[in-house]
Amino acid sequence: MQIRSAEFKTRATEKLGSATLFRALSNLRGRLVAGRATVMRELDNFEDIREAAKRVRDDALENLDFLLEEFERNATANGAKVHWAENSQEMNQLVLDIARKANVRKVIKSKSMLGEESGLNHFLEQGGIEVRETDLGEYIIQESGDVPSHLIAPATHRTKEEVADLFHEKHKRPRKTDITELTWEAREILRPYFLTADMGISGANFLVAETGTSMIVTNEGNGRMTTTLPRVHVAIAGIEKVLPTLEDVSFILRLLTRSATGQSISNYLTFTTGPKRPDDAEGPEEFHIIIVDSGRTKVLGSELREALRCIRCGACMNHCPVYQNIGGHPYGWVYPGPIGSVLTPAYVGLENAIDLPNAATMCNQCGVVCPVKIPLPDLMRKLRERQVEQNLRPWAERVGLRLWAWAAARPGVYSRGAKLAARLGRWMGGREGLIHSLPGAGAAWTRERDMPAPSGKTFLEMYAARGTRRT
Amino acid sequence: MRVGLFVTCLVDLVRPRIGFAALKLLEGAGCEVVVPLTQTCCGQPGYNSGDRHAAQALARKVLTEFKDCDYVVVPSGSCSGMVKAHYPELLNEFPELRADVEWLIARTWELTDFLVSVLKLENVPGGFTGTVTYHDSCSGLREMGVKDQPRALLSKLSGLTVREMAMPEQCCGFGGTFAVKYGDISARIADQKCADIQSTGADAVVLGDLGCMLNIEGRLRRRGDRTTKVLHVAEVLAGMTDEAG
Repeated sequence: MQIRSAEFKTRATEKLGSATLFRALSNLRGRLVAGRATVMRELDNFEDIREAAKRVRDDALENLDFLLEEFERNATANGAKVHWAENSQEMNQLVLDIARKANVRKVIKSKSMLGEESGLNHFLEQGGIEVRETDLGEYIIQESGDVPSHLIAPATHRTKEEVADLFHEKHKRPRKTDITELTWEAREILRPYFLTADMGISGANFLVAETGTSMIVTNEGNGRMTTTLPRVHVAIAGIEKVLPTLEDVSFILRLLTRSATGQSISNYLTFTTGPKRPDDAEGPEEFHIIIVDSGRTKVLGSELREALRCIRCGACMNHCPVYQNIGGHPYGWVYPGPIGSVLTPAYVGLENAIDLPNAATMCNQCGVVCPVKIPLPDLMRKLRERQVEQNLRPWAERVGLRLWAWAAARPGVYSRGAKLAARLGRWMGGREGLIHSLPGAGAAWTRERDMPAPSGKTFLEMYAARGTRRT
Repeated sequence: MRVGLFVTCLVDLVRPRIGFAALKLLEGAGCEVVVPLTQTCCGQPGYNSGDRHAAQALARKVLTEFKDCDYVVVPSGSCSGMVKAHYPELLNEFPELRADVEWLIARTWELTDFLVSVLKLENVPGGFTGTVTYHDSCSGLREMGVKDQPRALLSKLSGLTVREMAMPEQCCGFGGTFAVKYGDISARIADQKCADIQSTGADAVVLGDLGCMLNIEGRLRRRGDRTTKVLHVAEVLAGMTDEAG
């Protein structure tokens, strides 16, 4: 996917001005945040479970090399073909080669963020292959030439009215706004694709090492059809997706669906283990699994390692006050919200995503809801430190910080500065004690807020004076 | 018991009354309060801006300044959280300081938590007549576990009723330098907080952090709300609001 993270500020400002986006997002905030809170009450020991989930993911990352080899052995024994790709380009090429070799002309796809990273659809289409997204959200995105704005709800930035207009235009049918009717319409349009596609492509929520299984968590049933109906199936997965056992998967699922959609369990859990066997009623004749690095090994060996625990539930963004107001697009790449503010710089380069680690209030709402305890604010702070070290911050900010740090370490200098600022501020605040307009960097504060003025003297000078009076 | 009062740089500069309110509460409960006059800042602005060295210098300064206190009390969840939750990581390059850091974090308390958990304060000197709503500041809540303590103290004031917001734990959008780096996003988040506050119909929003206070008051006034008071919990508990004189 094209990287537009450098445009964060301008795009965020633009999104703040969109009443339609705000309507679409408040919908999400109510549904997903409240839904999660309700369903989490089913677990009387959320903190213990999340600590255990963290350990399961950490152990898997610690033993990644062994687990991936075990996965390859078992998947191969099941009759699947395992491929390895070092980066997105290699992965795209592998998919295209598999498709060409099997004379594939039509592909149906269930959701894959890795596919978004690599721009897989575009690449296959360039290669003359028709690709159809079948997840309802992804279908809306594809039909409107848009990009996803959320990990699990890619079209969450769209209102149903916008979808009604889109379907009316693309499907040439009477416009409808009832969500159930819209879904039925998409279902009717998509059904022929399911039945005629030569190849299905899915992502993977997890790879199971002990069985060589790739598995996906879905609600719409499109994933099940994508993995079973076409004669060729390709599953693409990042190296970090492997877990040792089915037991581990079922354990993590307790938190995944609850964190993601507020469901105790999703409508579908699809486990694909090898191609169709002679007595199977259905299933693909060829089953390929492509395991992709694409920057993950580098993250594994870095201070951002904990971000690889991510199980892609989206709870961090649902609960983020920034995301709730600007949506996912300003983040400028595949992964939005707090996890995106860590993964994007890690995968595409810190210099290409300067704003992301800074565009957070550090409220840590993301950190406390994360089902695998990724310390997102701490990781963002690490990235901020790297920005300072690499001189990636603006000049004025660097000078300002230096000046503050220099003074704050020198009480004599600092108290003179503070006394002056207290008096100046009081004067600026006038009779009502409010500063309506600050100069320099402060202007960003007073554009939409007043600044309560200082009361004129510092605490320390008044306290010292009091002491003098007493003695 | 010797209690070091770390007033914080924002209280020192903008609302010294909060510092005196904290002082009154602590002295009233029988503490011997010391106020190191060389104190400036806990280092959080530098830490959160990625300037680790600047933050380290200030953290070391704090370590020295409060060395001879039994407790260090801070009228801020954010600055006490900086000490308790972040100094160990910030100073991890200096193993020789580990003992001092552990000593400090074991003794550092957010003001209301200290009043409730250590002093077990029964008699609150303040007075306030009317309805208030309490904003849980992010660091106080999620780093220091401050949630019930201020409410328990406020409930001791006859004449004061607490009416909760729909989302008292939602961030106000301040975020330190975030408030100026991304002023428009910050103000939008603040605006939602203000709407939540106003929908309670409370006479005042009470809170425990000056950053949130400036942000919320600044946005309330710009929205044209001249009446909803924005008060630090120490001011209310000590009876040092404007009404109290």
